[in-house]
Amino acid sequence: MVNYIWVLMTIIGLVVAAINGRMKEVNEAIFNSANEAVTLCIGLISILVFWLGIMRIAQDSGLLEKLSNLFRPIVSRLFPEVPAGHPAMGYILSNMMANMFGLGNAATPLGIKAMEQLKELNGGKTAASRSMITFLAINTSSLTIIPTTVIAIRMNYHSASPTEIVGPTLIATMCSTIGAILIDRYFHYRRTRNGVK
Amino acid sequence: MQLISFISLWIIPALIGFILIYSTWKKVPAYESFVDGGKEGIKIAFSIIPFLVGMLVAITVFRASGALDYTVDLMKPLLEKIGVPAEIVPLALIRPISGTAALGMMSDILSVHGPESYIGRLASVLQGSTDTTFYVLTVYFGAVGIKKMGDALKVGLLADLVGIIAAIVIVAWMF
Repeated sequence: MVNYIWVLMTIIGLVVAAINGRMKEVNEAIFNSANEAVTLCIGLISILVFWLGIMRIAQDSGLLEKLSNLFRPIVSRLFPEVPAGHPAMGYILSNMMANMFGLGNAATPLGIKAMEQLKELNGGKTAASRSMITFLAINTSSLTIIPTTVIAIRMNYHSASPTEIVGPTLIATMCSTIGAILIDRYFHYRRTRNGVK
Repeated sequence: MQLISFISLWIIPALIGFILIYSTWKKVPAYESFVDGGKEGIKIAFSIIPFLVGMLVAITVFRASGALDYTVDLMKPLLEKIGVPAEIVPLALIRPISGTAALGMMSDILSVHGPESYIGRLASVLQGSTDTTFYVLTVYFGAVGIKKMGDALKVGLLADLVGIIAAIVIVAWMF
């Protein structure tokens, strides 16, 4: 599906640009965004190195395992394929925590580690497993408790109460997370019903 | 507000301090573990590059050509009929694709309509309650070499839709 979306977005963009006479802008956009993507990845190195280093200490000292034991009852329901005490659980949980506290930068390396462990669990296949899809669904629905960036921007525009959106944001986030879990369950049900696991 | 800024200031240092003290207590060679874990970070960062370049280029071509504007215009009349302000449409469409672009659009909405307007509040809630689905998908799956995404994108985008609808309903109801 991603293959089609990727090709479709690019081709539609090129065709529309041809009709609109915006080829110049598109040319610039191609090279600027490629550049931007690489800069983004290079910028990620410092964060990835630091957080994966710290998290390795947490793993080696047994902290990740403790954390996953604490929340196992809830999370094992969401990820029935992940065995108890598996490191994947620890990374999934720390990723969720980091997301909740708005530490987006810390969440990414942990999410990648969780994916790596889930891939191993799945026998190293290059197709996404059920747990991977569930994990992504929860992740992309955003679990933010305190939307720090939004509050900061509201302050910039001299909002009388920049934090008034915290409550509604929390409720909306909860809706989308619950929605993500239900939608994920539905698609899983559909897959197994069709016999393709 | 003070409590929130206090927590966000202290949480990371406190977490790092706790992990280091705990590991030393457990007699783990902390520095060696740190370096081991860190080496992996470099590998991951480099392995993401092709995935991110591909995605970002496609997205910016779509936007720079004006195709995104047309999509928005196409959807406007339908959304206005069910009471959704048209100004929010570009933000809702761009949010799953680009986090920074969405942030830019949100500040634009706040500066034009003011942070206390319905649309300003809606933009704020929307920004906080959804995530950059394409980016998360690209980075997470790209880093570990997942080629077949299964239903992941469909589930992620549908969840975004739920978040958008929830934001519209809640903001209309609470303010």
